[in-house]
Amino acid sequence: MWRIGLKMLMGDRAKYLTLVGGVSVVVFLFIQQGSVFCGLIGRTAKPVEAIGAPIWVVDRNLQVVDEFRGLLDTDLLRVRSVEGVKWAVPLFIRQVQVRLADGRFQAVRLVGLDGATLVGRPPRLLAGRIEDLNTPDAVIVGRAEMERLGNPKVGDTFEINDRRARVVGIADVPRDFLSNPYLYTTFERAVQYVPRERKLMNYILAAPQEGYTSEQVIANIRQATGLAAYDEDGMRWLTMNYYMRNTGIPVNIGISVALVFLVGMAVIGQTFYAFALQNEKYFGALKAMGAGSWTLVGMIVLQSVIVGLIGYGIGVGGGSLLGYLGGQGKGKLAFYTPYQLLVISFIATMLICVLSSLLSIQRVLRLEPAVVFRG
Amino acid sequence: MNQSSVAVASAPAVAAPSAVAVSLRQVNKSFGSGNTYLPVLKDINLEVRRGELLLLVGPSGCGKTTLLSVMAGILDVDQGVVDVFGIRVDQLSQSRKTRFRQENIGFIFQQFNLIPTLTATENVAVPLIIAGKPYQAALEQARHYLTLVGLGERLEHFPTQLSGGQQQRVAIARALVAEPRLVVCDEPTAALDSATGQLVMEMFREVALSPERAIVIVTHDNRIFPYGDRIAEMLDGRIVDVHDNPNRMR
Repeated sequence: MWRIGLKMLMGDRAKYLTLVGGVSVVVFLFIQQGSVFCGLIGRTAKPVEAIGAPIWVVDRNLQVVDEFRGLLDTDLLRVRSVEGVKWAVPLFIRQVQVRLADGRFQAVRLVGLDGATLVGRPPRLLAGRIEDLNTPDAVIVGRAEMERLGNPKVGDTFEINDRRARVVGIADVPRDFLSNPYLYTTFERAVQYVPRERKLMNYILAAPQEGYTSEQVIANIRQATGLAAYDEDGMRWLTMNYYMRNTGIPVNIGISVALVFLVGMAVIGQTFYAFALQNEKYFGALKAMGAGSWTLVGMIVLQSVIVGLIGYGIGVGGGSLLGYLGGQGKGKLAFYTPYQLLVISFIATMLICVLSSLLSIQRVLRLEPAVVFRG
Repeated sequence: MNQSSVAVASAPAVAAPSAVAVSLRQVNKSFGSGNTYLPVLKDINLEVRRGELLLLVGPSGCGKTTLLSVMAGILDVDQGVVDVFGIRVDQLSQSRKTRFRQENIGFIFQQFNLIPTLTATENVAVPLIIAGKPYQAALEQARHYLTLVGLGERLEHFPTQLSGGQQQRVAIARALVAEPRLVVCDEPTAALDSATGQLVMEMFREVALSPERAIVIVTHDNRIFPYGDRIAEMLDGRIVDVHDNPNRMR
């Protein structure tokens, strides 16, 4: 009977295309909204990923990587003395204002790396050499949002807090949530670019010795120093959770997704119901000829599942294409589709289709075969 | 007790096949309750014989279609006995009735009720597919029956590509394909013009009638009366007359 069910579904092209189109649009919006959410939240943790250190040691009250909570110089020495710590270096990350050649000011994320080791340096340079970072006034510019700095080239200069900065390289750095350009320099020079304060180091990057796991070393650091310590994933989630708790992003996108779900169910349910109404006399004839109610229910469920699967494929394809096109070149679309989103949207799609078909199912279950004799 | 006497004692009684295909005794059926209570069938007694084509006639609303539905096992009775080929249909559960219809009843409807998205062959194969016959075998048998009703050249046509008469011939093939013992027809010529109706009835009688099969047709159309062996007349929910058809076509 499944062949009959599929032919009844696909033979009525207009209804079939409406159903598949409805599901596709719902899935497309699911994927698009969900991927934008994941993309935006994921961008909040990009500074952590861009540094790429095994262990981050921070102030106990730090809530997010963009927050400045200074550490004492002695904290660095204490961390270095903790059992299992292979090395520990200072890191400086802070928003500062750059004065451009045309007199405009632009906020940048200034990253000060340990000059001796350059731990936390960008993984790939598009121009220049990383070693040049130790030359006077040297900074490396991140490519993302570089246009805000007037697309500088190696050799260009600008001012930070009345001090000269000279571009010695361009690094491949991902775009982050605040959409400010990255400027890399050494820790020693970075602290000169900001007003003098008692605490200028705000992170300590560390690594475990061989024979120690990150978890063990993190626990040792916490116990010995009273500071907070995280592995890279923990630091990412600290930041992402902060933005999820303290911004309207989850609520706004959640409302959109809920509306997509409700509207999708209404449209698909209405179409399925119209489909069932139109086919009522045929279902009645099938019942009269000896098809059991559950056989017909199986046909309807099969129809809804097939519509769901095809619509899901088209919707995911469309959503992915949008993400691919939007993320190309200078595209600023925050778009990330983790496999969990695909699984959730698949379950939601099937749920919509099956719930929508319930109206048809209850109608078929209550249908008397004698309906076939009513002219 | 010896072996042969045990065998004789436990052997089921073998009765000669009854000449009666359908037997309705004291059948009553009503719809609604209270102010909307409406008795539709009142003390119906009727027999349909094997090998005959019985016409059920009467004015609109007299209960013909309800009686047909009762015989076919798609409507329950309030009281009375519905015996179809020795099966007490009135005592069957819904699932057994479904099975009973699959195995014993062929349907022909006024509006044909062919599924528009299936070809003629697929429409005819539906009762076999419902009964669990493999798809390709069902299609093969359906083609044979379509050829029998003269539609061998229209096997892959969709209902909308067929004339009214051709659609009803597809419906006839569908009703017969599972080789049912009882075929029930509701106004089979109502949607056809006079000439087509007569052609369809001639073909139907030729293809459908067999000694082991009974056919009951509900009709208003007196032009097809010559095709019936007997005529049962209904009025206000009662059978008022059952008689042989003096104008029966030979």
